[in-house]
Amino acid sequence: MATLFQGLGLVTPLSSSNSFESNKLLHPSRTCRSISERKDGIFVVRSDARVSQLLKRRARTHDLLVTNAVATQGGSFVASTSKPGHELLLFEALREGLEEEMERDPCVCVMGEDVGHYGGSYKVTKDLATKFGDLRVLDTPIAENSFTGMGIGAAMTGLRPVVEGMNMGFLLLAFNQISNNCGMLHYTSGGQFKIPIVIRGPGGVGRQLGAEHSQRLESYFQSIPGIQMVACSTPYNAKGLMKAAIRSENPVILFEHVLLYNLKERIPDEEYVLSLEEAEMVRPGEHVTILTYSRMRYHVMQAAKTLVNKGYDPEVIDIRSLKPFDLHTIGNSVKKTHRVLIVEECMRTGGIGASLTAAITENFHDYLDAPVVCLSSQDVPTPYAGTLEEWTVVQPPQIVTAVEQLCQ
Amino acid sequence: MALSRLSHRAIGSNLFKPFAAAAAAVSSRPISSDASLTIETSVPFTAHNCDAPSRSVATSPSELLSFFRDMALMRRMEIAADSLYKAKLIRGFCHLYDGQEAVAVGMEAAITRRDCIITAYRDHCTFLGRGGTLLEVFAELMGRRDGCSKGKGGSMHFYRKEGGFYGGHGIVGAQVPLGCGLAFAQKYSKDETVTFALYGDGAANQGQLFEALNIAALWDLPAILVCENNHFVSVLVLTLGLENSKLEYSIIALKLSFGRIKCSLGLVNTDGMGTAEWRAAKSPAYYKRGDYVPGLKMLVDGMDVLAVKQACKFAKEHALKNGPLILEMDTYRYHGHSMSDPGSTYRTRDEISGVRQERDPIERVRKLLLSHDIASEKDLKDIEKEVRKEVDDAIAKAKESPMPDPSDLFTNVYVKGLGVEAFGADRKVVRATLP
Repeated sequence: MATLFQGLGLVTPLSSSNSFESNKLLHPSRTCRSISERKDGIFVVRSDARVSQLLKRRARTHDLLVTNAVATQGGSFVASTSKPGHELLLFEALREGLEEEMERDPCVCVMGEDVGHYGGSYKVTKDLATKFGDLRVLDTPIAENSFTGMGIGAAMTGLRPVVEGMNMGFLLLAFNQISNNCGMLHYTSGGQFKIPIVIRGPGGVGRQLGAEHSQRLESYFQSIPGIQMVACSTPYNAKGLMKAAIRSENPVILFEHVLLYNLKERIPDEEYVLSLEEAEMVRPGEHVTILTYSRMRYHVMQAAKTLVNKGYDPEVIDIRSLKPFDLHTIGNSVKKTHRVLIVEECMRTGGIGASLTAAITENFHDYLDAPVVCLSSQDVPTPYAGTLEEWTVVQPPQIVTAVEQLCQ
Repeated sequence: MALSRLSHRAIGSNLFKPFAAAAAAVSSRPISSDASLTIETSVPFTAHNCDAPSRSVATSPSELLSFFRDMALMRRMEIAADSLYKAKLIRGFCHLYDGQEAVAVGMEAAITRRDCIITAYRDHCTFLGRGGTLLEVFAELMGRRDGCSKGKGGSMHFYRKEGGFYGGHGIVGAQVPLGCGLAFAQKYSKDETVTFALYGDGAANQGQLFEALNIAALWDLPAILVCENNHFVSVLVLTLGLENSKLEYSIIALKLSFGRIKCSLGLVNTDGMGTAEWRAAKSPAYYKRGDYVPGLKMLVDGMDVLAVKQACKFAKEHALKNGPLILEMDTYRYHGHSMSDPGSTYRTRDEISGVRQERDPIERVRKLLLSHDIASEKDLKDIEKEVRKEVDDAIAKAKESPMPDPSDLFTNVYVKGLGVEAFGADRKVVRATLP
């Protein structure tokens, strides 16, 4: 365990409830897949092998379930100076990852709307243009179809562009390029061309942004052959996944979430790269496996607190890799708990949860004691009104109810 | 109508004899095996916002011979592909390039293999020009393992990385942003090379083309957008006496027939390539569409391999200094849009054979070679026979090539390193681990 980093005891992003941490040390008996790569000074960290610290903090007695769990700055968490690593927000973690990769490899460039002089609409590329110049951090006009195509063309020659969609929904305009050229060129050229491109951007339901700006594109992109999709949820995995995506030879779509950019966490100082195909064990447990990703992770963790108080022991896995699924981690969990609940932000129809349900049922049917339950967003365009918007997305009380039903 | 026919004939007789002009302007230096020749293009270039290059093209006997051979090879290959398609050895889509060979060959003569070419689905000859072999072409068309994309791409997906040929794209217009991306990478790596992104007159109406052009002009990319305009509809425009700009390029006065005007209105609906140009484009002066991006149009000369060479050379120099340029090549295809289109519902056989007689690129070079005594009639016939044999041999060899292995279904989906399991359609029997 010496090489593994301190548990980050996930800093609570919730506005007013207790910070959550995983109180148990991880079971050493958990099967580990081998570490994929190890280079000088870089540690590929097993996502489930974090040691969490028992931190003293003020206990709160009330159990207020807050809907719309979202990041707030800081939190009541006491940051001790003796802890290694540095604290930062998720968008800063993304920027750090991007900056490190751009320093390491001159072929990495960023293109997107407002990424350069403006610094990025979510500040992910702030100051990068001043540091690396206009040729490496490129401001594009509002022309998603063509600049995504240009990124792919550049990737065919060996450059490693990072294409930012200001909002994932805008990438619908580039669907043709992403599907046909990005995903399929490696295949149709018989392996001649690699497309090491990263397409990233924030998606998901935000704060009353309206239907067109609250889209979850992972469900549309998931059938495109040849691409990989990952979703980050914490500053730690944001940086690691960003670096892994840039280094990957395959086209990777990195899904961020509009509401998670201000999450704060302490991450290691040392360089680390996460594996793109691995899921993250957030909270080991015995009774039920809850699979989730991106923002819903926080809703699940909040629900998990309630569940723990009620005596349940949920195992929470942040699947992170949306394509391909980490069926290894998921499978082991299913074999242990025999009950699966999927909590996602995608629509009910044709979402990631639907595919995951199918994959689990096919592969682990014999291990299931109950049908897989999938909680997803409603199949409606996201309304503007706040209360309606809340109802389209899965909320912690619904998760609690679902687990209770599942565990009967 | 009689009047227009007369006028047409007058124009026609002038235009269909470009060689007279060319022959007259030829220099009378004695010809040794590689002496340089200067030949004038039949028609001057028309420029938009830039200076037109000179009409005199420098070439040499060996170059002309190579032009002849290459174009004859391409022509024979396309015709052979036609027969193979009819014999059902090639399925799906097959878009043939015969008639347009001058564009591929002339472009190659002006650039190096480090420059990039990207085009749409009419890519067989361009692939050959970039160093592809006949075996790879036919094997790919027949879906065999020895094809350039291992049988997994098909007619519309030829690529050749070492030759700088980036395909081969099925979706109309999608290759233009890719091409600008290639140019971006060239500028990024300071390669001093350029990218030629070819598209057709149909793709010229795609929004992504203008988006890409805007970005290319903003960032000063060495991208040259080449519109291969193989329209037929100029006849309509001429007859209807529309604005001057359309008349200008409608000098390709092909034989008119009134009845045909009425019936050639978008009858064939194959990918929009059967729709009359003036019904699809408000401004068919494609070389001007870039507006702020300079454009060069080669009237008629898309069939003149020397004019193409000159224009491409000029374009390369221009792009390296000043940023993007649009080239419009007036060219013609003998076959229909694809094999499912007979090509005769919107034009007459007379028209096709008329162009074949007067503007065929191979014939032009043949006449040049003969008139300059570079080769004799017999030599040229021998070359053609050789070429024919090469093609036949390649087809025979390609027919022997095996079909791809079933495991090839799963190769090259991802670049190495995933170890993901993939399932066949029934999810039980065929299981493979993606390499």
